[in-house]
Amino acid sequence: MLGVRSARHRRSPGRSRAAGIGWGTWQSFRSSHGPVLGLAVIGMFTAIALGADWLAPYSASEQFRDAFLAPPAWAEGGSTRFLLGTDPLGRDILSRIIQGAQVSLGIGFVAVLSASVLGVALGLAAGFSRGLVDAVVMRTMDVMLALPSLLLAIVVVAVLGPSLINAAAAVVAVQVPHFVRLTRAAVRAERAKDYVTASRLCGAGPLRLAFCTVLPNCTAPLIVQATLGFSTAVLDLAALGFLGLGAQPPTPEWGTMLADSRGFLLRAWWVVTFPGLAILITVLSFNLLGDGLRDALDPRLRR
Amino acid sequence: MPLLDVRHLSIAFGAGEQPVVDDFSLVLEEGEVVGIAGESGCGKTVSMLAIMGLIGWPGRITAGLMRFAGQDLSALSPRKRRSLLGRDLAMVFQEPKSSLNPCFTIGFQITETLAAHTGLGRRERRSRAVELLQQVGIPAPESRLRSFPHQLSSGMNQRVMIAIALACRPRLLIADEPTTALDVTVQAQILDLLLERQRETGMALLLVTHDLAVIAGTAARVLVMYAGKVVEEGPTREVFASPRHPYTQASLDALPERHAGHARLAALPGSVPGLDERPQGCSFHPRCRFAAGVCRRESPALLPAGHGLVRCHLPLAGDGTRGP
Repeated sequence: MLGVRSARHRRSPGRSRAAGIGWGTWQSFRSSHGPVLGLAVIGMFTAIALGADWLAPYSASEQFRDAFLAPPAWAEGGSTRFLLGTDPLGRDILSRIIQGAQVSLGIGFVAVLSASVLGVALGLAAGFSRGLVDAVVMRTMDVMLALPSLLLAIVVVAVLGPSLINAAAAVVAVQVPHFVRLTRAAVRAERAKDYVTASRLCGAGPLRLAFCTVLPNCTAPLIVQATLGFSTAVLDLAALGFLGLGAQPPTPEWGTMLADSRGFLLRAWWVVTFPGLAILITVLSFNLLGDGLRDALDPRLRR
Repeated sequence: MPLLDVRHLSIAFGAGEQPVVDDFSLVLEEGEVVGIAGESGCGKTVSMLAIMGLIGWPGRITAGLMRFAGQDLSALSPRKRRSLLGRDLAMVFQEPKSSLNPCFTIGFQITETLAAHTGLGRRERRSRAVELLQQVGIPAPESRLRSFPHQLSSGMNQRVMIAIALACRPRLLIADEPTTALDVTVQAQILDLLLERQRETGMALLLVTHDLAVIAGTAARVLVMYAGKVVEEGPTREVFASPRHPYTQASLDALPERHAGHARLAALPGSVPGLDERPQGCSFHPRCRFAAGVCRRESPALLPAGHGLVRCHLPLAGDGTRGP
């Protein structure tokens, strides 16, 4: 048993160049159920989002005038024509949720990616420079962190105007400070180590030092932050949509769907339940995945 | 023209602070092996980093001149200076485990240096890396290229560090306590390796250590440092046989190798003064057996005595007793 395991470990370097995220991490990750479940659900949602045009039974904006507020298939008066029922305008909820996955996950992904790229760049700049650059960047981030995240997002959207793209920009603004602080702290810790000096002794310039020597050693916390940030991004996008500041109708965005049908909550429970469940399951999966990754990437928490 | 010519180098951390290294001078010829000895905190590593141009903020070179192969190092642009590092000037550190980047394979780290300083193609870089690993005595070098630092022992990692340092055939290798973190048998192997590579390539080797025994067996010339200053310099054989500075003598007396048969090791009372408690006059006088009034008032200069130089008002005579 032991022999098998160590043999596997020895094989690991061939798989990837980055030792931080290798075979051992996967082994440790696989050993707990929650994160694996989260990963599976995220994989499923991603597949749904990518194949939305083929999977959705109807178009997201197609109205069926003969079926306003039709209940889901298994409820009284429901039919298999609309599996999850229809909304007040007679649109198929299942199709809208499937199309909405594309919007929510796609925009969420773009927002987190931009936030991490921007945040890492600023964090590296702050971590490697001293004095003015560091002070200006970090104090700005402190101010951004001092505002409640939704309030900050609303301010950004209020300035830029309500639209899906501006809501994404607002999410970026909310997330950037977290990435900056995390990167800066990791860079500070790594920069003092001997291998950085050794790299300078081989003639590495400041850019090479930042991106090729130090950054790969800071990836573990950043991956966790990005995963957990994804769930916040989905949630914030839905919240902005619900407030009418994000995606505008008829875009099938989950938060906007909730807002559209809020008035029918008491008469037709399904119009808010299913978009709400979609948000809940997505956020939960990303949180599970993020926690699992944090445990797997931190050797001290490995079992 | 000497390969490395450092004169009256002073380094301070923060403006107006006491210099950490004061009046450090070193002349090194092509292919020479010189040892620098001193206790922890006497400024050995800082002066080496200064030569490499890697003194970090808030450290500053406050005085002195550094020339490498005729070029004034402090006048070079940062880019020019970086191009010297790793190519003509190389350095090996004390802690092999932390000196290698844990994220990358050792093969990648060796070829990285080659890519930066030579025009070799990918294939040639790889075969040169194999050749280097072979030279530093790593078995099965081809498969080791794919290993990560954590998969190798400290001794192996130190060999890899040496391979990286030697990658571009430097003219000067600074080995900063290369054997301190290793156990005794490996220490001897690494020293032998360094000397063998030095003989073969004809590079100059600057061996920094707190272990006088290491220098005795390797270096032709030795500098002894105390509290940021060079206190004695001369040919190793003469300095070890008849030290002129009381500190050198006391340090040599504390070597167990010289005490076969004695019941107790001689010890030097007291400890190295910290940066803010360096005394007036000669910085060694509070611990010196021979200290006189002049030692408390005036800081001595580095002056010729015997075969070398010594920074003492009252240097010892060749026979270990106090001079006239």
